[in-house]
Amino acid sequence: MSAFNAIGDEREIDRDEYTPGVEPQPTWCPGCGDFGVLKALKQALPEVGKTPEEVLTVTGIGCSGKLNSYLDTYGFHTIHGRALPVARAAKLANPDLEVVAAGGDGDGYGIGGNHFIHSARENHDMTYIVFNNEIFGLTKGQTSPTSPKGHKSKTQPSGSAKTPLRPLSMSLNAGASYVARTAAVNPNQAKEIIKEAIEHDGFAHIDFLTQCPTWNKDARQYVPYVDVQESDDYDFDVHDRTEAAEMMRETEDVLNEGTVLTGRYYVEEDRPSYTQEKQAVGEMPDQPLAERYFDDDAEWERSYDLLDRHK
Amino acid sequence: MSDDELIWRIAGGSGDGIDSTSQNFAKALMRSGLNVFTHRHYPSRIRGGHTYVEIRAAEHEVQSRGDGYNFLLALGDSFARNPQEEAYYGNEEIKPLSENLDELREGGVIIYDEGLVSEDDVEALNLDERAEENDWHVFPLDLRGLAKEHGREVMRNTAGVGATAALLDMDLEHIEDLMSDAMGGDVLEANLDILHEAYEDVNEEYEFEHDLRVPTGDHDTEQALLSGSNAIAYGAIDAGCRFIAGYPMTPWTDVFTILSQNFPDMGGISEQVEDEIAAAALAVGASHAGVKAMSGSSGGGFALMSEPLGLAEMTETPLVLVESMRAGPSTGMPTKPEQADLEHVLYTSQGDSQRVVFAPGNIEEAYEQTRLAFDIAWDYQIPVMLIYDQKLSGENKNVDVEFFDREPSPDLGSTLTEEELKEAAHDNSGKFKRFNYETAEDGVAPRSLPGQKNGRYLATGNEHSPVGHISEDPDNRVAQMDRRLEKLEAIRTELNEERDSTQTYFGEEDAEYGIITWGSSQGAVEEAIDRLNADGHSVRGLSVSDMMPFPEQEVTEFLESVDEAMVVEMNASAQFRGLLQKELGRFGEKLTSLLKYNGNPFEPAEIVEGYEVNVAEEEREPTAQVRIEPAAGD
Ligand SMILES: Cc1ncc(C[n+]2csc(CCOP(=O)(O)OP(=O)(O)O)c2C)c(N)n1
Ligand code: SF4
Ligand SMILES: [Mg+2]
Repeated sequence: MSAFNAIGDEREIDRDEYTPGVEPQPTWCPGCGDFGVLKALKQALPEVGKTPEEVLTVTGIGCSGKLNSYLDTYGFHTIHGRALPVARAAKLANPDLEVVAAGGDGDGYGIGGNHFIHSARENHDMTYIVFNNEIFGLTKGQTSPTSPKGHKSKTQPSGSAKTPLRPLSMSLNAGASYVARTAAVNPNQAKEIIKEAIEHDGFAHIDFLTQCPTWNKDARQYVPYVDVQESDDYDFDVHDRTEAAEMMRETEDVLNEGTVLTGRYYVEEDRPSYTQEKQAVGEMPDQPLAERYFDDDAEWERSYDLLDRHK
Repeated sequence: MSDDELIWRIAGGSGDGIDSTSQNFAKALMRSGLNVFTHRHYPSRIRGGHTYVEIRAAEHEVQSRGDGYNFLLALGDSFARNPQEEAYYGNEEIKPLSENLDELREGGVIIYDEGLVSEDDVEALNLDERAEENDWHVFPLDLRGLAKEHGREVMRNTAGVGATAALLDMDLEHIEDLMSDAMGGDVLEANLDILHEAYEDVNEEYEFEHDLRVPTGDHDTEQALLSGSNAIAYGAIDAGCRFIAGYPMTPWTDVFTILSQNFPDMGGISEQVEDEIAAAALAVGASHAGVKAMSGSSGGGFALMSEPLGLAEMTETPLVLVESMRAGPSTGMPTKPEQADLEHVLYTSQGDSQRVVFAPGNIEEAYEQTRLAFDIAWDYQIPVMLIYDQKLSGENKNVDVEFFDREPSPDLGSTLTEEELKEAAHDNSGKFKRFNYETAEDGVAPRSLPGQKNGRYLATGNEHSPVGHISEDPDNRVAQMDRRLEKLEAIRTELNEERDSTQTYFGEEDAEYGIITWGSSQGAVEEAIDRLNADGHSVRGLSVSDMMPFPEQEVTEFLESVDEAMVVEMNASAQFRGLLQKELGRFGEKLTSLLKYNGNPFEPAEIVEGYEVNVAEEEREPTAQVRIEPAAGD
């Protein structure tokens, strides 16, 4: 018998279940792309059959980090840059949970960049949504790791001298097994990509372009956008690492010239998730560890039985 | 200093197998019925560099290293890199012999490997003359040659052990048994040959003029030889901890390694991650999801954990962190002990943050307090830290096997089941009032776990309302702060009223003079007090383990009962004495400090001397490398 009966609960799910019945209303600015992520998630989660209490949404700090304040699942709003290590461990502790991690471009690609690389490398079975507005939103518009070269902000008044980081390429190289980019202005694609990411068994990274009309006027609204799967101008195989890499590079190159390319970039279906890898080497239990603490019949090993080696 | 004890020092290059050889020799002594205590000294290099392990063995209890030692097995450093005289490290082959002579007691015994060190080098030491002066008995033996003849050169250690046993008139039985447990086949055969050969050679070739013999003893119960790191790891296992995340750093790596090796067989999980921020964050994530989890590090790594630690406190996620101190600041002296991270551990992390901190003083306390740490963390949903050091981490002592014969306690403390959650308070939208200050007891509001029905809430490092929404409402703020702050009070009350004191006392009840210490300096202080009292002084000792919440009552009573007290700690800024005065707000005029921060732990004699200079007010400076800080107003 499980101690976590929200997990795997088969029932009709109302879309409104994901909207908190009482406060708080989102405090994002009007026109903010973050609304688009929230909306897409609220649509995607019921469609993949997840109930609010089997989902753990783990966020970082930033405007984006408020996501789980407005999404009525179990939530953990952590600290700046550290959503991924918290999320990873929750998944290891209870692999039956549906874990969605999210945060900003500063949060995930800057201060938390090391965790991003390693979480992708390890291929944890979770979804990671980066709200990429190419800016530090919450702290009032400083340059972020994805801000275009030459971007002026209060902390780089003469324009950034740095080339922006390439989130998709970095993700692929680090080892993510699902990589996509979508945009807040493209709600249907966003919803579909989130559904695929959740259903993907491995680390699914979504670089989600979220316009920040308050601080990043240069980026406008990320329109017009092009879906690389639907456009006849692009033809590549998402299962082919080399082709994916090329397409990612192009996508990153043209973004700051005003061409917004979106879609699925890389999908690797047969790579084992981290849990499977760890189980294969015998360093991860078959049953969720979290269940064991509620199992009255569980046998708890004692140090007393380890003492032979010390005698 | 007593004559009825053996203090055997095996010295060589790090990489010469000193650790395993000494471990087995210590076990052999333990099996023969003696109490043993080991002290490890090593440089931060993998190969080369002079290292030794000291084993103190006696019929009586041994809680500390002794003063000096009385038997040296100098293997010579076979990994010496730079035999040229000008080289930075100088000639290392001789160092295990040359660098250990100063602390060898009068009448002591020396074996050195003449197969490795050159005659000229030995000559240059004036060994004959010094031996004459100090009544040392020197046995130059070709350990290397003997090992080569019957096996391989690396078996020099075995030859050294065989020779030691002969000179001490010690039975080989336990040593043979331990070797048979550890190896087999040709390797075992060769080692046994070498052991016997060395034993017989020495017996045949030499007339023994030294008095030193192996002491004899008898244990009533079965004993196990283990280190402070073992004790912490085993305490965690018995407390039901099954998740550890970490990043290697000396000396914390020991606990991390022991648990990483044991968890797979116990259905537990160990994660070596990208850095210490991640390590602490993983422990928080695993705990949040319902597993008893821990992490830890040493000074620099722990510095990186400061923010996740604060997150655990604010989200009331139970967490145990261990901090294994080494000499700082910065990278400091990575393999040397020091007790200088106390303030770091007590006060790091922003805001009015609080945590519980225990500093175990010996191996049994390390086990007990680790279990206590898990109990308190999961009952009160607060981070609990164990602070110890390189000394306690690596020293081995025999402990009664029955000490560990206890029930495990995997209980999740103040965590609700789904049944209980049904009855719990929710807001109008069905969110669980996880941080309900109205019904909290002792500051504790019971928690739910993700995946449970009727338990959803938001955990956040921001100030938050009862269901976890971010809130800056002043009334809510004060109510939540006050509730969280109530926990330490409640924990203090529980420690005072429901648990055995974690403070340890020694010496005479109504003594005139007090010595206070904390953590791993406890053993040396205990022995110093025994000696002082045996010499007619009137001294009582207190070793404090509860750093936070501070045992105000116990320490006050102690300080009121004595005229003056000396605070003994291994750091340069008298951090514990500072804590005492901050917590108690008085006694400044009664307290002096004895400080040591040269990278080596206190020897009992140094504390005795500190007392003599301090209290008996002998007009002299201490001879040891220690510092005395006078009382306020002096
Ligand atoms: C350790 C730490 N450093 C700095 C901050 C201040 N801070 C909060 S959010 C943020 C950047 C936000 O940018 P991003 O991650 O892109 O999120 P956005 O607000 O754009 O969604 C910064 C620097 C912090 N909270 N913690
Ligand atoms: S500052 Fe920008 S990112 Fe933040 S809420 Fe406003 S529009 Fe959105
Ligand atoms: Mg941003």
